[in-house]
Amino acid sequence: MSVIVIMIPAAMLIAGLAVLAFARAAKHGQFDDLESPAHRMLHDDDAKR
Amino acid sequence: MTAVQVGAMAAGGAVHASSSPHADEHATHQALLHTACTHCGQAVPAGLLRAEASEQFCCHGCEAAYGIIHSCGLEQYYQLLEETGDVASKQRDESGGRSRAYGEFDDPVFRELFCQRLGESQVRTEFLLGGVHCGACLWLLERLPRVRAGVLEARLDLRRSALTVTIDERATSLSEVARVLAKLGYPPHPSRGKGVRDVRRREDRAMMVRMAVAGACAGNIMLLYFALYAGLFQGIEHAHEQLLRYAAMILNTLCLAWPANTFLRSAWAAIRTRTVHVDVPIVLGLYLGGIWGIWKTFAGAGDLYFDSISALVFFLLVGRFLQQRQNRSASDAIELLFSLAPLSARKREGDELREVSVESLRVHDIVVVRAGECFPADGVIIEGQTNADQAILTGESRAVPLGVGDDTLAGATNLSSEVAVRVVATGTQTRAGQLMKLVSDAAQQRAPVVLLADRWGHWLLYALLTLATITLRIWWQKGPAVAIDHAAALLIATCPCGLGLATPLAMTIALGRAARRGLLVKGGAALQVLGAARHKGVLILDKTGTITTGKLSVVEVLGDRQLAVLAAAAEAGCSHPAATAIARDLARDLGADASQCELSEHVQGMGVRGIVAGKRVVLGNEAMLAREGVHLQHELAGAARLRAGRAGGLSSVHVAVDGAHVATLLLGDPVRPDAPRAIAALREAGWRVRVLSGDSQDVVESVGRAVGIEASDCMGGALPAQKLEQVRYELASRQGGAVVMVGDGVNDSAALAAASVGIAVRGGAEASLAAADVSLAREGLLPIVELMDGARGTMRAIHATIAASLFYNVIAAGLSMAGAISPLLAAIIMPASSLTVLGIAWGSRAFGTKERGR
Repeated sequence: MSVIVIMIPAAMLIAGLAVLAFARAAKHGQFDDLESPAHRMLHDDDAKR
Repeated sequence: MTAVQVGAMAAGGAVHASSSPHADEHATHQALLHTACTHCGQAVPAGLLRAEASEQFCCHGCEAAYGIIHSCGLEQYYQLLEETGDVASKQRDESGGRSRAYGEFDDPVFRELFCQRLGESQVRTEFLLGGVHCGACLWLLERLPRVRAGVLEARLDLRRSALTVTIDERATSLSEVARVLAKLGYPPHPSRGKGVRDVRRREDRAMMVRMAVAGACAGNIMLLYFALYAGLFQGIEHAHEQLLRYAAMILNTLCLAWPANTFLRSAWAAIRTRTVHVDVPIVLGLYLGGIWGIWKTFAGAGDLYFDSISALVFFLLVGRFLQQRQNRSASDAIELLFSLAPLSARKREGDELREVSVESLRVHDIVVVRAGECFPADGVIIEGQTNADQAILTGESRAVPLGVGDDTLAGATNLSSEVAVRVVATGTQTRAGQLMKLVSDAAQQRAPVVLLADRWGHWLLYALLTLATITLRIWWQKGPAVAIDHAAALLIATCPCGLGLATPLAMTIALGRAARRGLLVKGGAALQVLGAARHKGVLILDKTGTITTGKLSVVEVLGDRQLAVLAAAAEAGCSHPAATAIARDLARDLGADASQCELSEHVQGMGVRGIVAGKRVVLGNEAMLAREGVHLQHELAGAARLRAGRAGGLSSVHVAVDGAHVATLLLGDPVRPDAPRAIAALREAGWRVRVLSGDSQDVVESVGRAVGIEASDCMGGALPAQKLEQVRYELASRQGGAVVMVGDGVNDSAALAAASVGIAVRGGAEASLAAADVSLAREGLLPIVELMDGARGTMRAIHATIAASLFYNVIAAGLSMAGAISPLLAAIIMPASSLTVLGIAWGSRAFGTKERGR
């Protein structure tokens, strides 16, 4: 056939990996609090003196 | 009482006002007109002004909080406050130097229930904090390790106001941390219901993973379908086409088997209970289409709708997710309320005291409550005398003196000395418990709009089934395969996606915008009730603190204004509320200078006399003047009486200088300046506005007159229980119409919770914030008008989105019955419908940025 036979499963595999990575992040609570980090990163500069 | 003594259980003046540490720069040229508290930015009472100090404080609480912040080198906090300075941040509750010991946090019971042990001496727990508002609060709280040695880490969840603290027990204790937090102005409460929260958190995460999987499937199938659709026009090798179809089939089956089984389960639950909601037609379309698609993939011919199906699953999940988050924010607010009652109590058995859990308390038990502790149950004092802070329940910020025979409330704080209490009601029977129940019941009701979609669910199901049967009948002559093809296409193309997505989307957008304007609405139900266009109901306004500012102030100065100024100086050192009002308002309006006061003496119940700038100043009631041998000026006294008679609720203070009566000050609780305009606008919108107050009928009527409400709609003398009764009565007597209660939570939190929609105005009691569906972070009544406008706009948007999605469904149904639909057409119609819905919801002017002061 053609290259498409390899390309489609490969594409699906990469998409699957992305989903896995997201699921892992979600399971570790990365998306539990979507508000505080936005403030935290703005004021973090002085953290180490 | 001054702000020092006044105060909720929030110890330490709260920390949320924009203020500058350099306020003193202005202080010099503004003289003493208005000095801002270094900590909270509010006006400093003249009596507390300190000459030559660069820091000025309005109360001990603020001073203590500033002391901590300053000594830890965290002044950056004040800069951040100025930068972030959002509307909500300028709020500040007048809490004083009263402190609680928080001893219960060191209790083994507490340890077991709420703490997590990490390693040998490390303990982690979560506190729910009062008074958290903005990024600056987050910054300060997460610097807690620098404030208190032994705190290893502090993380704040801003949305829930929950602080997770890890401490080293060798260096500090949880009660110490709690005391520091309270001093900074964030009174901590133990965070209960950890089990429930963990379950919820897991649910949220699972939902997110589902969305990810569905999104990935939908996206990839769409890519595959691009190739297939290109093939439609340019031709495609059969082998390639089959490959693409198989790949799409696999992804679609995955999508249906995993993320979409949420709908399958809920539809199945509905069928088992013999009810039909919107999930049933959705599932029918999705799964019938999916299975029929698999069949045709293997058959190698015919149209496949995998792209539409997987996109549907994704959009529907997004809708569900948004809805779930809305419900969460409503229930998060209640969490705080459940944290009020203490965990353990000291029960007296014979001569012994035994520490028992609150749950094991029974009526008639006798408990001993020490100073600084919370009352564990409603009861009657049988021994001892004390002052109690019941602000959290009643919003009444003054300490209530209690003696033998007086009632105590669970959740109130015992301030001054140990008392023995006979228990009258425990747990859910207490007033706090009943309030919690009212609130949580109210929160559990799902938004009626969401129910609307469910209500239409069975109509939709019947309509779709009828249409599908008709389609089958029409096309049966052409062969069963063709007929099933068209019927399946019909079910997929008319899947009520818009209904599922439209409402939560429009609601979420509206709630978000409202929050940015300082209108904090919990859940969409409130918006729907307020926005329902047809029968408008009754809007009941509380008087004190809602229509009026709730603060005693000088309303008018009669007589010689220049000499009246001296009164302010004489009053500066006095803590009586009238004295504070005079000192503050005259300093602000007439530029009084407290430092001129050479001597002042307070005469209990009558007034003050003193020497200011060499002049003998006497001020007080008529008896005070008589006592000092000052002849009352009848013109002034008469004018004052006339004004007081007309406005009601005013009291007069006479001022005499060097033995002559020169001025009379009228004190009262002034009507908010925007109240008449706001009330007129609400009237115009169709609400019947009534006033309800604990004050006497005359006072209520005169305030009513001032804002344009007829005497027949003013009700005075209402106790908290009667306010609740009145709300219930209104609810019962008006079919369908909404009953909106607006209050500041002082004595009306039960009424707020019972009303169809409760609106808490700024600065109310914590309990009322939880009890109310809406809380306003902005001063005044005009935000209510804005809320009503916005709610109406939101409902209009929701109806428009539903109409749009139904319109597309009708087109799709017509096309499929005529056999004219194809996967490509479905793939155009469906996103078009979703985009229209999104566009309408986004483009809605509800709570938009444009100022719409009508």
